[in-house]
Amino acid sequence: MSLPLPTPTPDTQFFWDEVAENRLNVQYCMDCARHYFYPRSHCRFCGSGDVEWRLASGRAHLVSYIINRRVAPAFADYSPIIALVELEEGVTMMSNIVGVEADPAALTLDMPLTAVFEEREGRVLPVFTPAEAR
Amino acid sequence: MALHDGRVVIAGAAETTTVGVRPDISVLELHAEAARNALDDAGLTVADIDGVSTTRPSPVEVAHHLGIQARWFDGTAIGGCSYIAHVRHAAAAVASGAANAVLVVHGESGRSRVGAEVRMKDTSSPAGQFEHPFGAVYPYATFTLPVMRFLHDRGYDQESLARVVVAQRKWAIDNPRAFRRKPITVEDVLSGPEIAYPFTKDMCCVVTDGGGALIVTTEERARDMRTANNLVHILGAGEAAQASMVSQMGDPGSFGAFKRSSAEAFATAGLTPKDIDHLMVYDAFAHLPLYGLEDLGFVGFGESADFIAAGHTEPGGSLPMNTNGGGMSYTHTGMYGMFAMQESIRQLRGEAAVQAPDVEVSFVQGVGLFFSAAASLVLSNARP
Repeated sequence: MSLPLPTPTPDTQFFWDEVAENRLNVQYCMDCARHYFYPRSHCRFCGSGDVEWRLASGRAHLVSYIINRRVAPAFADYSPIIALVELEEGVTMMSNIVGVEADPAALTLDMPLTAVFEEREGRVLPVFTPAEAR
Repeated sequence: MALHDGRVVIAGAAETTTVGVRPDISVLELHAEAARNALDDAGLTVADIDGVSTTRPSPVEVAHHLGIQARWFDGTAIGGCSYIAHVRHAAAAVASGAANAVLVVHGESGRSRVGAEVRMKDTSSPAGQFEHPFGAVYPYATFTLPVMRFLHDRGYDQESLARVVVAQRKWAIDNPRAFRRKPITVEDVLSGPEIAYPFTKDMCCVVTDGGGALIVTTEERARDMRTANNLVHILGAGEAAQASMVSQMGDPGSFGAFKRSSAEAFATAGLTPKDIDHLMVYDAFAHLPLYGLEDLGFVGFGESADFIAAGHTEPGGSLPMNTNGGGMSYTHTGMYGMFAMQESIRQLRGEAAVQAPDVEVSFVQGVGLFFSAAASLVLSNARP
């Protein structure tokens, strides 16, 4: 079984193209002045089409997580820590936490994280690592 | 005050003859077995049914399989709470005359996968792009994800989840149809195989085959049915959805769709949590009853685990909850909402395997597609 890697759509293509260059972008609504995620043509909060891409700082914190003890075979080589992370820009996304033991003692909620980029089967994914571990 | 003045009823209800392990029967036949059992309960035949609700296979396929000439269909598919929403939709249909008698039916070969659809992951869908690539491909690694925030914000821990399992298992021990019946302790739950920390095996639902069906009609039409003296009145209903993905639910420590669907169900019934005698909260995993108790307003913020630990939801407690043993002990085909309703109906009819005393009003809370959708019902054995 191969990894279920993302297939971009026209509305998400820029996000994944940028991730391939190790840059994390999120969209910003000029009308309600909020970032939003996942990518789409109009703001998820107010419906405005006046939106733009903004380069994210990559700074984030840990909102919640699980440690997957029954990973699907395709994921055996990757971090079993599946997390909800909140970017400094205020959007939440799902990702993996890397560069840390898969041990609850090493995972404190609200701990600062930094985006890093991991290549998997030729594709790049945004993942996160404890900020002090860099 | 009540939805449709309380004059819309559930006039027949049944599960498949057995639930659990059914390698002998296909998905379509699970629907049919459940439907025939519900029709027998009401003393009806397929000729009496003119509306069909189900998710997959489609209501057209299920109607054809059973030989029903329907004039009303509902295939709303919002995960495991779909059938709870179907009852709300069916109530509106029979109240308006769009249908006379609606069969709401579920069957799923969740364990044996006989005649089941292949589960395809679409890598271009939002979840396919932004969740599955990180390993969140199974419910135990997706639905579970917000719980650490819930526990952290309330000063709770893994033991709080274990206590939910222990409380519900007490109902299952004397229920011969329940899949997991062995008495269990907090220590047993915590020392079991870890599936996805903080969840151990017994904090996750069983995986079974089975089905259930019920018939929605008006009190007037039900007068001639076998169940005429045992009708279950639909007093309130609500449904809501939040984000389509767990990662976008907003506040991971609370489920907004639970709050909104239940608020509408209470409002349409003209009732509050204090009026509820019996509660079913869809429990695919041990955290859902905690979210449910708080989000539905049965307890305040941070009081759910203490409420369960004090025994209030157990046999003999003030709020009997998940009295069939729940999805974690009774059965869970993949879409549990039908079974939550069936237990509520049994309790209201005084026919439950482990009967709670004096149940006159029951609340059913469903969840669907992980923390995406919710549906709620207030049911009673009397019209107000």
